[in-house]
Amino acid sequence: MDLLLAPFQFEFFRNGTITAVLVGGLCGLVGVYIVLRGMSYIGHGLSHAIFGGAVLAFVLQFNFYVGAGLWGFIAALLINQTVRRTPINADAAIGVVTTASFAVGVALISRYRRFTQSFDAALFGNILGVTATDVAVIASVTVLVVLLIFFLYKQLLFTTFDTEVAQVYGISTAWVETWFALALAAVIIASIQILGVTMIAAALVVPAITVRLLTDSFHRMVLLSTGLGACSGLLGMYFSFYIDVSSGATIVLLQALIFCITLAFVSRRRGGRRLIHTHV
Amino acid sequence: MDPLIELSGVAFGYGARMTIEDIDLHLHPGQFAALVGPSGAGKTTLLKLVLRLLAPLDGRVYQRVQPSLRLAYVPQLETVDWNFPVTAEEVVLMGLNQRPAVWQNQWAAQLRNMWPWPRTSERRRARAILEKLEIGNLAQRHIRDLSGGQQQRVFLARALIAEPELLVLDEPTTGVDMRSAENIFHWLTDLNQQGMTVLLTTHDLNMAAAHVPWVVCLNQRIVAQGAPEQVFTESILSETYRGDIIVIRQDNMIFVQQRPHTHGYRDVLPEPVEGGLPDHESLEEHRDGPTISPVSV
Repeated sequence: MDLLLAPFQFEFFRNGTITAVLVGGLCGLVGVYIVLRGMSYIGHGLSHAIFGGAVLAFVLQFNFYVGAGLWGFIAALLINQTVRRTPINADAAIGVVTTASFAVGVALISRYRRFTQSFDAALFGNILGVTATDVAVIASVTVLVVLLIFFLYKQLLFTTFDTEVAQVYGISTAWVETWFALALAAVIIASIQILGVTMIAAALVVPAITVRLLTDSFHRMVLLSTGLGACSGLLGMYFSFYIDVSSGATIVLLQALIFCITLAFVSRRRGGRRLIHTHV
Repeated sequence: MDPLIELSGVAFGYGARMTIEDIDLHLHPGQFAALVGPSGAGKTTLLKLVLRLLAPLDGRVYQRVQPSLRLAYVPQLETVDWNFPVTAEEVVLMGLNQRPAVWQNQWAAQLRNMWPWPRTSERRRARAILEKLEIGNLAQRHIRDLSGGQQQRVFLARALIAEPELLVLDEPTTGVDMRSAENIFHWLTDLNQQGMTVLLTTHDLNMAAAHVPWVVCLNQRIVAQGAPEQVFTESILSETYRGDIIVIRQDNMIFVQQRPHTHGYRDVLPEPVEGGLPDHESLEEHRDGPTISPVSV
């Protein structure tokens, strides 16, 4: 028991653990919709895009959350609109918009070399940097995103299943997608501090594809993926503390391990039938 | 009576090529109509224009506004993501998203509609419709685990739970067996007799001739429209399908068939014997006859 409670005497661990559980759960929840729409790459792309926004916010001496949030939301909307209004598919749209956005960040960093070091945490995640304000922001994002998904649950389900037909049945799919883009940008910004830009994509996708192997029910998938994300956040923090490895990498490695075990177990039972069409 | 849908001079294309042109079409309340034509004729495009999923490049699409038209759409089975984790019942319940216009400004009703879990009464309604379509026992099955006919009925049930005034179906009998196809047309006829307007596309001309009172022959433009007795003629269908179509009328029924390409088989088969099939000896004689080869053109 002491082994479990000992790390909690440190404030950074308390803050980091609360954040990791919330962020893990959020990524697991939002990841269900991303995986089922075959847009697994969006987490990877959007986190890189937001990095560009974060650097720009720093240069313009803007608040990080406001600057990165606005940038991320605009990038998500641009991807959405490109897919809806042009023959370009999601992969290509994500690639163009987010890489260009990331390039803005890299260009700014190379121009103002003096602050390059400060962005290590944004790239690779750092629990030491999580302050009480960060916890409050992440808790607020969690409440807002959960409420949004709760009240848009049916519309999101139908839109994810078949956007075109959902429109015929009276769902304003453009609004649903806009709200979801906003939620996704918020989740990624909330996750940057703990997971880092490079790890967010996996945290979004791995819990969802893991539970997809275990259930054929959408409702169960939402609950299990959220639970798996939160649990791996908690356990990942412990491992990170005791083996002294970056928090983001530990959480993602743990999720990847759970995925491999689940895949091996399910493949033996089902004979390897393909369940999801995704590209991580 | 004002039409529910009116298309005048409508044209649409993807890229430089026009898919459909000069489309004038009215759909009145209570009508039951089928769009027929070869693949690539623009049937699905026309449905999407009717549903306002596409905006015409030219012409005008009118859809009744006051009161707003309640629509339901059954897409082609091949467009469905069969790996999506939903059961038959969950698919049917999706149809409840569309509410009667009278509710639209009532906050309480809106909030109730936003509640993520279906109410018992809604599940009961979904189950009753599935029972009516003879798949009540499959409500909890994953959609991938159903046969083509059962899958088609699940999507029909989703449309019916929305209580639409206009039901639009894209090839509802493709990929289903003959009995299921016959049942689907019977259900659609029943729904139409109860007052629902039905518009569908189909490749099954015999089924359309037997069940649908109004057919529209389409191949980029409307070739002809009217009752099957008037429209299903060899000349109109051959023009629509740009092929050699045979129409047989017997006992008030219409049978449509494409004239088969024999590729020379007829040259080696024995002449039919009057009064029955050729006997065994007659066929044996031809066993060592000329080898079958494609007709040289």
